[in-house]
Amino acid sequence: MSTHEIAATTHHEVGTKKLFMWVWFWLLALTGIEVLLAYLRLEPHAMLILLVGLSLIKSALIVAYFMHMRFEKIGLFLVIVPSLVFCLIMILIFVFPDSVRIVNMQTIHM
Amino acid sequence: MDAVAGPAWGGGVAPFTANTKKLGMWLFLLSDSLTFSTAILAYAYVRLASSSWPRPFEIYPAIANATFLTIILLSSSLTMVFAVAAAHRDEVRKAVVYIILTAIGGAAFVILHLGEWFRLFAEGVTPWSNQFTVNGQPGDPLFGGTFFGLTGLHMLHVSIGVIYLCIMAYGFGRRKFNADHVEVSGLYWHFVDLVWMFIFPMVYLMSVNLNVKS
Repeated sequence: MSTHEIAATTHHEVGTKKLFMWVWFWLLALTGIEVLLAYLRLEPHAMLILLVGLSLIKSALIVAYFMHMRFEKIGLFLVIVPSLVFCLIMILIFVFPDSVRIVNMQTIHM
Repeated sequence: MDAVAGPAWGGGVAPFTANTKKLGMWLFLLSDSLTFSTAILAYAYVRLASSSWPRPFEIYPAIANATFLTIILLSSSLTMVFAVAAAHRDEVRKAVVYIILTAIGGAAFVILHLGEWFRLFAEGVTPWSNQFTVNGQPGDPLFGGTFFGLTGLHMLHVSIGVIYLCIMAYGFGRRKFNADHVEVSGLYWHFVDLVWMFIFPMVYLMSVNLNVKS
């Protein structure tokens, strides 16, 4: 690689150190809440919904701030995120009905 | 090459004002997230279908260890953010130190997680067998298969990430790579962190050994 190729694209500073520390703090706090939920002996379905919800919030924080998606052009977001959501919905469409069948056929042990 | 000053589509040089390396990594992460999504969904499906799924993880040491692993990964993500910021400010030494700290976090994660694996091996759980009993019945052998499959796939990503970061620290320190390369490696590292945010609750917290009514 020649020296003229190593120059980075010009970059505007995104986010402050304080902002990223806050995001990190909230991610740790949400992790703490998740562990607390596990300790509280919640009913499995309620716990599953709460844990998945908290995980989605945590992943959104990571994508938005740590991965800088919040500071990118909306076009990049529109290329990446909706297609992922669409694919996941397509997978779930086939998995969910069969999951319901299993729940109705067997004793759930979660 | 001025990527950010041009129009939103810069003739293939800077689509969406992101450099092509960054867009390429985003597209890879999109496909990789589908790999992990299907693996996690398969795990959930198999678990739901089983009537003898074990709950082997005690609050201490397993959950405490997994929580510590989560803290390590989140903290390594923070140091990676600082590494990217320092790289873009052209503070080479600072960026290299932060990248190395991130790699150390990743290596610590792999070592501690392997310790967890060996604990399970000692208790008779392997990818093809499961010695845990559920209500006096043999536990589902698929527990080992799905647990080691999911966490192993993630650990492979972390291990590759540590190697990637070491190469990046060396290359950026020697000025062979630029700040964009560091940023792209950061995207990969944060993704590894993101995946763990789903594996930790789904695999560990949903299998805490408490006497939960089912």
